[in-house]
Formats: sequence, structure tokens, C-alpha cells
Amino acid sequence: MAPSAENRVWDPAELLPRARLAELQLERLRASVSRAGVTPFYDGVLSRAGVAPGDLRTLDDLRRIPFTTKDDLRAHYPLGLLAVPRAEVARIHGSSGTTGKPTFVAYTHGDLERWSGLCARFLVAGGLRPDHLVHVAFGYGLFTGGFGLHQGIERVGAGIVPVAGGNTPRQVMLLRDLRPDVLVCTPSYALHIAEVARADGGDPRELGLAFGHFGGEPWTEEMRFEIERELGIRAFNNYGLSEVIGPGVSGECAARTGMHVAEDHFLVECVDPWTLEPVADGEVGELVFTSLTKEAMPILRYRTRDLAALDRSPCPCGRTGARMSRVVGRSDDMFIVRGVNVFPSQIEEALLRVEGAAPHYVIEIARPGTLDEAVVRVEIRPGDFSDEMRHMVALRDRIDHEIHSITGIRMTVELVAPSALGRSEGKARRVIDHRRAGVPGRDPA
Amino acid sequence: MKLTQLSLFLENRPGALRLPCQVLGLAGIDILSMSLADTQQFGILRIVVKDPDRARKVLEESGCVVKATDVLAVEVPDRAGGLADMLGAFEGSGLSIEYIYPLAAGHRGKTAVLVLRVEEPERAAKLLQARQVRVLTREQAFEAVGA
Repeated sequence: MAPSAENRVWDPAELLPRARLAELQLERLRASVSRAGVTPFYDGVLSRAGVAPGDLRTLDDLRRIPFTTKDDLRAHYPLGLLAVPRAEVARIHGSSGTTGKPTFVAYTHGDLERWSGLCARFLVAGGLRPDHLVHVAFGYGLFTGGFGLHQGIERVGAGIVPVAGGNTPRQVMLLRDLRPDVLVCTPSYALHIAEVARADGGDPRELGLAFGHFGGEPWTEEMRFEIERELGIRAFNNYGLSEVIGPGVSGECAARTGMHVAEDHFLVECVDPWTLEPVADGEVGELVFTSLTKEAMPILRYRTRDLAALDRSPCPCGRTGARMSRVVGRSDDMFIVRGVNVFPSQIEEALLRVEGAAPHYVIEIARPGTLDEAVVRVEIRPGDFSDEMRHMVALRDRIDHEIHSITGIRMTVELVAPSALGRSEGKARRVIDHRRAGVPGRDPA
Repeated sequence: MKLTQLSLFLENRPGALRLPCQVLGLAGIDILSMSLADTQQFGILRIVVKDPDRARKVLEESGCVVKATDVLAVEVPDRAGGLADMLGAFEGSGLSIEYIYPLAAGHRGKTAVLVLRVEEPERAAKLLQARQVRVLTREQAFEAVGA
């Protein structure tokens, strides 16, 4: 299983013909359901649903198993879903909870080995070679991004500068002085690094980076162009979440037409968040993952709340894993303003259609009286500032018009000074909802 | 013949105007004249200072969005009809005036100096001079405000 620099496929399993892949998936699904069944939680779930591993005759039988949600994980805090003896736990990671306590996930040594291989897959697909040096600006700690990528890079045999997050001027200094080839961080942080390098009087393209792997938060194609232009690199997208394993669930190949899901390790479904019925390929729905090979914490039909579309058509790169689109939003980030569903990605699209509007923005929603009011605060870029009021008003009006034409509702657009909105060094917070919980209409199922 | 004016983007919130003024104050830069345009949500502060390059640098360092614009300093007799006479220079020219604000005024019976922002400052200056209106140099403009 030696990595081949020529065709840049890390693991031959990435090329398995679909029929062979399906056989492997069914075999692994039965084993995974058996492993999950040793936990009191899944034992209860499976027996209530009347499903035993032997009942799974085709992959479609997966749908007989109920969904697992983040709430289930919270209800079994801290390690209620652990399926192996504690002595076999090699690592614990966690995702930050918005409600205080994190959600923990556990790994056996075998899980860590598989996980680093999954990260190596997308790193190599994006061009990583053993002679490269990689600057990792992901947080190291409970967050899966730092260690996940770190181990994947080590597995490929490349060098690492484990800078972790924060202190951007220092990051820029290290990039200038150590001349790494590859940048790993969140996409918004990549732009922040470029901004700081430029504020320093330098040209971010002269940092000499060749490419970057970005993940940890949703981003847009326009952001990719901006990162590529600002830093003079090729930018690759990867996806993962700690509940499923962390980064490495899927990642882009050189074709960059979607992220290949490691389907030999995870079953992926795409469902309508309201009806929970499957949506057709190409349609946006909520992604649902089932782990096939995880030992410490198998997870069945986990509702990610991430909205994306699947494409199972063949990819020119030869990988057979289904490609998932960018995450276009969160089924729980989706907000309802005056009865209309709105995704932050729609606001991003509107801003990018208007020449001059940088993709830094925050949406605040409130209900001062009886009606919802949404305010979109948009940073203006110095180059777009005009001393003529009519130009500034026209800029604001164009943003206003685009938001209305894309979402169908009117929002108040406010122009703010550059960098007035906080830059996140982790996940970007785009929506601030001041309404009390449970106010508008329906919540996702 | 042209004067450099600095424009600043201001958010509409308390303290937004004071910050750039403090920055200039700390740098020892005197605001010779100013005009504030506002909408409900943001404003544009336009200022004339003696050293626009240094002012721009300190303002940008403090995070302000600044734009430099060429404007004309025009002398107008401070009497009834003085401004109307001056504006007659543009009649039929198709030149549009973006805005005007005073640089030095209040000496009744003498002359006032106005800051004029027009689309084409060179052409505007020629039209004004053809009508015997004095367009001041930077030095003359600063002298008029006693700077």
C-alpha cells in the first residue's frame, strides 16, 4: 500500500468498483451494528426498532435503524456510547458544545491508525508529497482538526510546523521564515493570515505557499477564489466532524468537483431535514453518516445537520467514492425570517454578486415588535470606499437588492468599517439570533 | 491649483466621529475645515488638513478607511449673490457639482473660500478662471484660514 506519487492515490480502496464497494459496505455494516449493540444506548435503539445485525440483507435495510442525533450524544455524556473497555481507549477528542459541555468521542489505536490514513487520502489527493513542509494552524487539543491533520501529514511522511491557532502576526512571521509549501487551517483564517501579511506591508503571495487544505467550517467557491488570489495557491476543501471521526470523512481530489466520501469507512445518506426521506442525487439535503469500521465509538445514522448534495457519477480521477458538494449551510443554522427559510450561504452569494462587497458579514435577527427584523452588517473594503454618498448608497442598495432577489425577503443592510466584525480563528459565527428560542414557525425535525 | 481632501468612512454609532478626531489631535494635525455627510446608517467625514499624507497614514494606522480626493478652493465675494455668480461659470458646461462646504468664511464684506468637489477639477478650474473667479493654490488656501 505504498503511496504513489504518480497517480496520487493513497489507498487502493479509494478505487474499488462500486459493486465490490457495496459488498464490503454491507459486510462492515453488519459488524458495525454488532459493535454498536454492546452499548446500552444502541442496544435499546436497535431492540426498539426490532433490528438485529443479521436482518441487514441489503444496504437499504440501513433505513430500518433510527437516526442518532447530537442530543443523543449529550444525553449520554461523557462516554455513554463507548463500545470498548476503557482500557482500550487510545485518545479522546471533543467538539465544543454551544450549551457548555463538549461532546466527547473516543478512539482505539486501530481507530487512530484508520483515521490518519483517511486524512492521508485527501492530503495526497491534493498533492501532498513526503518532501513538503506543512504549516498547521488548526488548534491542537480536543478539536479533531489539529491532531487529525497532523497525523495524516506524518503518515504521508511530510514535514510539519505545528503552529496551532492564534497570534496571526507570529504565524505570518513563521510562514515568511520557514517557507512551508502547504497551509492547513480554516478558510476564514487563511484569509485573515493574508490580510495580516498584507497589513504588514508584504505581499501574501510572496510567502511562497503552493497549496492549502482548508476545512472546519463551511465556505464558498468565491472564498476559494479569494484565498487562491490572495495567497497565490491552490485551495482544497476537506470535510469531517468529530462525531463521525474528524477530518478525513471526505476530501477533494485534483478535479475539485466535490469531496470524495471514504465510503469504505462511512455510509453516507442525504435526507430532507423536515421529512427525513432521502433526497435525489444532486439535491441539497442533510448528510447522515454511519461508521463502518470505528471500534471505540461506532455511530449509526448520525444526523450531521450539515446541508450538502451528493454526486455518485464517475469522477475523472478514478476514485469511486461518492462526491459531496460543499456544505451550503446547517439545518440548524438555517434561520426563518418572517416565515421564510434563509441560509447564510444565500447572503454570501448576494454579497459576492455585488462587486466590492467582501465576504465578511454578520446577520443579526431580532423581533422588536411583532415582526422579525434581519440586519446584515457588511464590511466595506478600503478600495470600495467612495467619498461620494451616492456611490456608497448605491453599493448598499445593490446588496439590498441582491439579498431580496435571492432570499425573497427584505433585510436591513448596514455598511461597517473593515475589521469591525470579529474574525474567528476557529469557526466563523455568521448568524446572531436575538429572538427567544422556539419563536418562528417550525424547527427541523 | 488643487487641494487634497480626505474622506473617512464612519459607522453610525456613538464615538465613531470622535475616534479619527482624537487620532489627528494626538498627531498634532489641525483640521482646517470639515463637512459631515450622513445617512441613517453611515456617514462620510470630509476634512482638509495641511499635511494630508501624514494625516492619512495615522488615520489608516488606527483602522480608519480613508480616501484622498482632489477638490478646488475657490474664492467667492461674501455678499448677496456671490455664490450664484460663481456657479454661473458652470452654466451650460454639463459639469456637475458633488458638494460644497466652506473653508474660510464669516468675514462679511470680504471674501469667503469654499471647497468645491466637482467631477472634473481641471476643467472646472478653467471655467472658473474664465469667469474671473480666483481658484486658490494650496498655500493661498491655507493662508486664507490662517494656517
